Amino acid sequence: MPDRILSSSAALAEALHEEMERDETIFIVGEDLVAHAGIFGQFKGIPEKFPGRIIDTPISETCIAGCGLGAAMTGMRPLVDFHFSDFVTCGMDELCNQAAKIRYMFGGQVKLPMVVWCPDGAGLRAAAQHSQSLESWFVHMPGLKVVIPSEPADVKGLIKAAIRDDDPVMFFQHKKLFAKEGPVPEEEYVIPLGQAAVKREGKDVSLLCYGSGYYLCVEAAEKLAGDGIEAEVVDLRTLKPLDMDTVAVSIQKTHRAVVVHEACRTGGFGSELAARIQDELFDELDAPVKRVGAKDFPIPFSPPMEDFVLPNVSDVLKAVHAVTYR
Amino acid sequence: MPDDKKTLLELYRKMVAVRQFETMAGEHFAAGEIPGFIHLSIGQEASSVGVCSCLRKDDYVVTTHRGHGHMIAKGADLKRMTAELFGKRDGYCKGKGGSMHIADFSIGFLGANGVVAGGLPIITGAGLSIKLRKTDQVALAFFGDGACNRGPVHEAMNMAAIWKLPVIFVVENNQYASTTPMEYSCAIGDLCTRAAGYGMPGEKVDGNDVLAVRKAAATAVERARAGEGPTLLENATYRMKGHFEGDPQKYRKTEEVESWGEKDPVERFARVLTKKKILTKKLAASILKEVHSELDEALAFAQDSPFPAPEDAMNDLYSTMEGGSHA
Ligand SMILES: Cc1ncc(C[n+]2csc(CCOP(=O)(O)OP(=O)(O)O)c2C)c(N)n1
Ligand SMILES: [Mg+2]
Repeated sequence: MPDRILSSSAALAEALHEEMERDETIFIVGEDLVAHAGIFGQFKGIPEKFPGRIIDTPISETCIAGCGLGAAMTGMRPLVDFHFSDFVTCGMDELCNQAAKIRYMFGGQVKLPMVVWCPDGAGLRAAAQHSQSLESWFVHMPGLKVVIPSEPADVKGLIKAAIRDDDPVMFFQHKKLFAKEGPVPEEEYVIPLGQAAVKREGKDVSLLCYGSGYYLCVEAAEKLAGDGIEAEVVDLRTLKPLDMDTVAVSIQKTHRAVVVHEACRTGGFGSELAARIQDELFDELDAPVKRVGAKDFPIPFSPPMEDFVLPNVSDVLKAVHAVTYR
Repeated sequence: MPDDKKTLLELYRKMVAVRQFETMAGEHFAAGEIPGFIHLSIGQEASSVGVCSCLRKDDYVVTTHRGHGHMIAKGADLKRMTAELFGKRDGYCKGKGGSMHIADFSIGFLGANGVVAGGLPIITGAGLSIKLRKTDQVALAFFGDGACNRGPVHEAMNMAAIWKLPVIFVVENNQYASTTPMEYSCAIGDLCTRAAGYGMPGEKVDGNDVLAVRKAAATAVERARAGEGPTLLENATYRMKGHFEGDPQKYRKTEEVESWGEKDPVERFARVLTKKKILTKKLAASILKEVHSELDEALAFAQDSPFPAPEDAMNDLYSTMEGGSHA
């Protein structure tokens, strides 16, 4: 069957329709979900099709996360909508001290099948408190899994895997990518957590990326091809568990790597990945691993400043040229 | 219907069990056998036992750092509890949790919590789950007077109230949060009055009177099971020991502690039962002996259980971890 072209939003909604149809323990809980099917329209059709299973809450992020926890511990599969990923700070105890630790500290007595759905990312002139990319906070938290899809097909396959997973999953979806379209298979499929995808093959440099960083890399790879540099684009898709095998195979081929993400560079996932690459693949490297990320500032409001702070294609190109000096 | 003799004696036996468990834990903590730190509930047995006596096995309970009594009253196995406090392999959590992070999901005990007020958002979620699954279970949270000043309490009470969740909020007002007296951190005298702010009933109960606690809890549980929503109960009580074992307790006077000693809930209930001619000296002694022999067994079990292997620290983090690595 030929793939259809769907937006990321449509891919998410389709996956949720299918999953909620399949498993009646799944429900969605968060702020302002019913009237507009989520503030981004991301749950299109669900309020009509599954009344009572998509639940509006007061503005109470701590307790919204708590709804996920308490329900997951007692036989349900909640999807917790965090409205904007920036507001995870208001539920941080529930996510980090409770969700991440409950299974472990109780000696494996319980499963915690909950998905925390976090719309993140900049570029919408939403400024400092509505634009962040905070995934690395949660990568640093044993007990959580972290998923960040880029293309619509990944959104669909990964949200299904996240929902079916028995552990708490932080699921970040970039707001600017909701409308981005791409082919999505017609048939049923799930993309297992912990599987990166080599989305463009190349022998000269590995571009390791996820989320919005993926699109920067695709564009950069096009341009580099014109200069005779063949970049391999590896979409990590899940940061935890991390598919280090796919990263290794790519670097064994290219011997050069650039990590690209929208989150600010210092303490970003690129730092962790670069460290692991030098630790595990040092002898394969012909150049230092470069990191591309936002400058270390809050996201400013005014367009010229926001664009300046965010990483762009020319940053990726510059980094690639820096590592492909031979 | 008034409680029959058997029920009353069972309440008493449970209170003695909690008291003796706590006493035993204090002794073995002092002897260096229990790692970390522990918070005892001596003086608060009427609250734990009275409330849990109204619950079914499939009802949910969360508690705090001071939760041994609640767990015993909910029906936990003393052997596995003791082993957990000792950090042993056969403990409830295989030694990963300890006193403050202990749970038994088989009896609906969804966990103690090391974070003050951490249980309240969880119990709200459990209440929502009950409502979605359309069962007649209830979900109950124990928390302290100190916890009342944390934000999650507000969110939880409001949410439970708007959705009429089958949740019961039980604040054990033991007059102190660590070194801080309740009057210092709270501008109102009775915490139960906060219930009005959420549109739910609130009641202050003599928390050292097990029958009064049981009566109030029964009403709240009935309300919750009938789909009428949450209740806030304030059990006024007193922590007769320090905040933690080893607490120098410079924040309160000996006379104050002694005056509450006269209201000791276990002795008080013994007097009530004696007056009713239900409890005799002989029966009390035999109950104590029975409890001690159970505790001796639990203690032996804990002491005989091996420590976990160091690398057992790597188990139980995730239930599934396909692909990739833990690192
Ligand atoms: C969020 C948080 N803040 C502070 C602490 C440290 N702490 C542990 S128990 C406690 C006092 C709690 O008092 P209360 O809620 O009245 O319970 P009680 O100890 O009296 O049973 C404090 C401050 C904590 N564990 N969690
Ligand atoms: Mg207190």
